[in-house]
Amino acid sequence: MPEKIKTSEITDEATYLNRRNFIKAGIAAGSLAATTSAFRFFSPAGSNAPQPPELAEVKRSGPSSDGLTPNTWEEITNYNNYYEFSTSKSAVAAKAEALVTRPWTVEVGGMVQKPKTFDIDELLKFDQEERIYRFRCVEAWSMVIPWVGFPLKKLIDSVEPLGSARYVAFQTKYDPIRMQSSFSAGIDFPYVEGLRLDEAIHPLTILATGLYGKQMPNQNGAPIRLVVPWKYGFKSIKSIVKIMLTDREPPTTWNQASPEEYGFYSNVNPDVKHPRWSQASERRIGEIGMRPTMPFNGYVDEVASLYSGMDLKKYF
Amino acid sequence: MSDVRFYKTLLWLNSLVPVTILGWDAWNHRLGANPIEYFLRATGIMTLVFILATMLITPLRKWFGWNQLIKYRRTVGLFAFFYGLIHFTTYIAFDRSLDLAGTVDDVIQRPFIALGMAALLMMVPLAVTSTNAMIKRMGGKRWQMLHRLIYLSAAAGVVHFWMIVKSDVFYPAIFAAVLLVMLGVRAYFALQGRKTASAKA
Repeated sequence: MPEKIKTSEITDEATYLNRRNFIKAGIAAGSLAATTSAFRFFSPAGSNAPQPPELAEVKRSGPSSDGLTPNTWEEITNYNNYYEFSTSKSAVAAKAEALVTRPWTVEVGGMVQKPKTFDIDELLKFDQEERIYRFRCVEAWSMVIPWVGFPLKKLIDSVEPLGSARYVAFQTKYDPIRMQSSFSAGIDFPYVEGLRLDEAIHPLTILATGLYGKQMPNQNGAPIRLVVPWKYGFKSIKSIVKIMLTDREPPTTWNQASPEEYGFYSNVNPDVKHPRWSQASERRIGEIGMRPTMPFNGYVDEVASLYSGMDLKKYF
Repeated sequence: MSDVRFYKTLLWLNSLVPVTILGWDAWNHRLGANPIEYFLRATGIMTLVFILATMLITPLRKWFGWNQLIKYRRTVGLFAFFYGLIHFTTYIAFDRSLDLAGTVDDVIQRPFIALGMAALLMMVPLAVTSTNAMIKRMGGKRWQMLHRLIYLSAAAGVVHFWMIVKSDVFYPAIFAAVLLVMLGVRAYFALQGRKTASAKA
């Protein structure tokens, strides 16, 4: 026979219910906190821009804009495609803080008379000027960016290309300790890009060393990157360590990853759709609606002659 | 408050957390440089999460005998539809600026959008027939047949997600893997059911 429980030992009903309610409140609060942090973890809020790096010693030789209003520093430095760090555009800024930009050298060689490895500080001594350009990503968003830099032609001229050189190949730094793997990014590293020589020495083509008069933020391709404003953004290779002149079309990363989606030329062209989406319009960051995409990203007068007689649907 | 009522309320509150945070962030301009893309991505992912969660309930009941879970499946399913609707409305209102002709063009040019719309359309009859009265009217068998549409809707949704990314298929791959497990489990159950049936006969 079980021991008899004294009435005084039995928890009275009110306390019992209170205790249950207390537990329920705990479960409710705990589950809501867990759901909130899980959602925040997978979907972090847009971060604030990190502190701008020191002002570079650059001459502000005045804007060459066409009445373009640049995007804000916050927009330009917190929405980046830099697959070596992250495939999430809002996560790049924090992760790219790991990039080591000093010492930094850029090897320039291949089919040239005077191959040379430049220290980044030598390249910063080239006359720096501000260029306000439209920037059109292949993902159908765009910005206006006040770059600081110098024409690539100046660098190429200084190493004296051979007459046989017809293309320029570029390579991004790959630091496997500080950057993620090719497997995580889904594209091969080191990232490589290329231009035809006449595109490379076009006056609009610059090597950019900064933006908004400040040194290039890591996430935007510090310490030196290419900017080719009439082509989709991925052509404007970041954090360059090597520039080689060659006589044949060099391999380019996105083209190798998916040749039917990304051509060697990749000129901004509203009439050639990406196989999976239209390129006829774009969202300017900071705007809600879409605006029409311009042929050659609005630089048709300057660059169309480079492609006269070419079928731009075939050579997309 | 009964336990079922309590857990239902809890489910509701938790399911509303993502949309609350998104609304709060949008109000405070904290959705990043491309808020429309951010909002579309987050609501799209939530739709897939809820669809796959409804598909998880049957295996959990069979494996662990958690039969109580069936009481919450309708709510989970309706939240999938809710997030799908927000996703779709955001696309129409902001991405397309309510330009219907442009939307038709967009659907033709971007097959992944057609797939997404198909996935949402398939959820409409499921949402409409989710009430007890409709289950009774249709009869359990027919109702169940119709609600197998969720498999197709889920598949269309996952492919829709897969097609928008450039090379970072990590998250789409996770959703695809979960979906394949869910479908595989059902194929296994069906086979087992057939075996038991033939053994009895």
